[in-house]
Amino acid sequence: MLSKLFFGYFAVIMVALSLLVITRRNPVHSVLWMLVLFFHIAGLYLFLNAEFLAAVQVILYAGAILVLFLFVIMMLNIKVEITAERFIGEWPIGVALGLSILMLIYFTTSKLIQGPAGQFSIEAIKAETHTKALGKVLYTEYLFPFEIASLILLIAIVGAIVLAKKRG
Amino acid sequence: MVPLNWYIGLSAVIFVIGMVGFIVRKNILIMLMSIELMLNSVNISLVAFSHYLQDLRGQVFVFFIITVAAAEAAIGLAILVALFKNKAAVHTDEIMEMKG
Amino acid sequence: MNIPFPDLRPVTPEIIMTLSATALLILELIFKNKGVLAFIGILAAAAVMYIMPASMGETFGGMFISDSYSIFFKFIFIINLILTILISLRYIQRQKAEYGEYYSLLLFATAGMMLMASAKDLIILYLGLELMALSTYILAGIKRHDVKSNEAAIKYFLLGGFSSALLLYGISLLYGMTTTTDIYKIAEHLKATGVTTTLLLSMILIAVAFLFKIAAAPFHMWAPDVYEGAPTSITAFMSVGPKAAGFAVIGRVFYTAFQNIQTDWTTILIGIAILTMAVGNILAIVQTNIKRMLAYSSIAHAGYILLGIIAGTTEGLNAMMTYLFIYAFMNIGAFAIVIILDRGEELSDYEGLAKNRPLVAALMLVFMFSLTGIPPTAGFIAKFNLFTAVIKAGYTWLVIIAVMFSAISAYYYLRVVMNMYMKEMKQEAAIHLSPSLSLAILITVLMVLIIGIMPSMVIG
Repeated sequence: MLSKLFFGYFAVIMVALSLLVITRRNPVHSVLWMLVLFFHIAGLYLFLNAEFLAAVQVILYAGAILVLFLFVIMMLNIKVEITAERFIGEWPIGVALGLSILMLIYFTTSKLIQGPAGQFSIEAIKAETHTKALGKVLYTEYLFPFEIASLILLIAIVGAIVLAKKRG
Repeated sequence: MVPLNWYIGLSAVIFVIGMVGFIVRKNILIMLMSIELMLNSVNISLVAFSHYLQDLRGQVFVFFIITVAAAEAAIGLAILVALFKNKAAVHTDEIMEMKG
Repeated sequence: MNIPFPDLRPVTPEIIMTLSATALLILELIFKNKGVLAFIGILAAAAVMYIMPASMGETFGGMFISDSYSIFFKFIFIINLILTILISLRYIQRQKAEYGEYYSLLLFATAGMMLMASAKDLIILYLGLELMALSTYILAGIKRHDVKSNEAAIKYFLLGGFSSALLLYGISLLYGMTTTTDIYKIAEHLKATGVTTTLLLSMILIAVAFLFKIAAAPFHMWAPDVYEGAPTSITAFMSVGPKAAGFAVIGRVFYTAFQNIQTDWTTILIGIAILTMAVGNILAIVQTNIKRMLAYSSIAHAGYILLGIIAGTTEGLNAMMTYLFIYAFMNIGAFAIVIILDRGEELSDYEGLAKNRPLVAALMLVFMFSLTGIPPTAGFIAKFNLFTAVIKAGYTWLVIIAVMFSAISAYYYLRVVMNMYMKEMKQEAAIHLSPSLSLAILITVLMVLIIGIMPSMVIG
């Protein structure tokens, strides 16, 4: 019962925060609401026994990505932003589309048949600690995607410099 | 215990909110944030699946998605900065050099 | 814990590609002449092409597979890479976008495509896709002083990010249903559980994501703007590489993971293919900018190529692959002609070109004929081969529609030819000839003609 109450709190707050993110006029406010949202998502991860991911969520999303957003907003002209029109003219169509897609997802996933259970039960992860268990899988079974991820980060560095460097 | 369907429902709602935000907002920064919302909703559902299926693959996938999201944000914002240097605009209807 | 060292032989092409891409980043500091970098890039690509046939096998716990299917697609990607490097050499100098990172990013994008074609696991598939997409976003915006290029990059980026979010949502549902991300294990598991509505939803989401990548209608909106705004060499690159990679993935994922709902996705793809052919061919007619026209033409070609997947036979898949192979040559060839002209982006720039520059006009004529599908060019062989395979699979009515749209396409392709041969010249057309560009045009025109005359070369 208590866990359901906790989930209820998280769900209501997270939906409200997401709505705030996409409706605010001032992008700085959006980023700040998003920050609160990311902390809640990290809380939800703790709830799902994913401690390491909760930490990564806070460090990477809240600590790095959102700060990047804030930096860029500071470079842009916020005064124009605040006076400009927020939504496209056809926004009711967009909302209706969204609602119908939500209904579609609801009806199709409500009959979801779960796949077979794997070997990482809560007890098994607890015995090994979450970070260690995740690390073992990541550096053995998932070594190859891990290497590709490093290439993607390299591209990001190169790309950011190529695109945003001062004209020389 | 909370049923798995609740998590899927929550993730679907946030996914659709992100999608609607992407479609209806004019500000490119908010559109970028909407994409981040969608990615986060996917992460929620993957972590939930991973927990309920007792399998770590979902969490490993989330790890990669977060990495890619960081790279994507860096590149997207760099493109935006380049655009802003040439033309002080972050609204979709202001960047209509080409008929879309 | 004892972990066996993975067998690296099947991934050697990818390793060489990424190592050379990284090396190019460092060499850029040493060599002031960027042509050297281009040369190294071509050497790397040639080396990869040389060792690729020997790289058959599976590795990394079955996450990566190198089979004849993926190797054929990798050939297309590498041909695309080499031709793009050849046509960009002088062009990016002219466009004042000559950064050493340009070639490195081209190699990284190609490595991403190669990973996509070889992915046996959805995680590899996603990461390969992002490696390709992120590099291409940067390349589309590499003329950072040009607003149009910036706009192209931001539009490509926003829609690319949106489509990959859809892909991820589809993958997450698939994972929830099967507890695995391995494409072949997913197929096995789904055969046991049967068709559910969740499976259909996840199939639709994944399909939409890849239809965005191949620019099929109604997910094509980004293509004309991005193709027009990006540097022309990158437009050529984007119109072949990512499209072929998208088809490679659709071919593998849909034929294996979604095998038990083949009738469902075939129905959806038939609708998409007809719409794509209609939108591409009809909207191409009203364009006045040749890059936009070629963008719509590439949308239309995506529609034809989808027919190969719809056929649902090995023959159809083979015809699709041959089509993409031929399409790479004729499309890059057409873009090379756009690059060779000093002012070649508007259709009116081609008026009277035949009197002024007869050779350039004749070459453009070959590429336009090939894109229309007129014999004796390769484009005819590609279409003929594809349509025969689709008729054999029992979709005669679909082929009739495709042929009708092909006839419409003759109008806008031949209008370029008309402009060149029938109209009066307005001004002298200046051209920028360079050895590398001539080589690229020579390769493409020879391939288009040789395949057109001796089709047994590729079809066998």
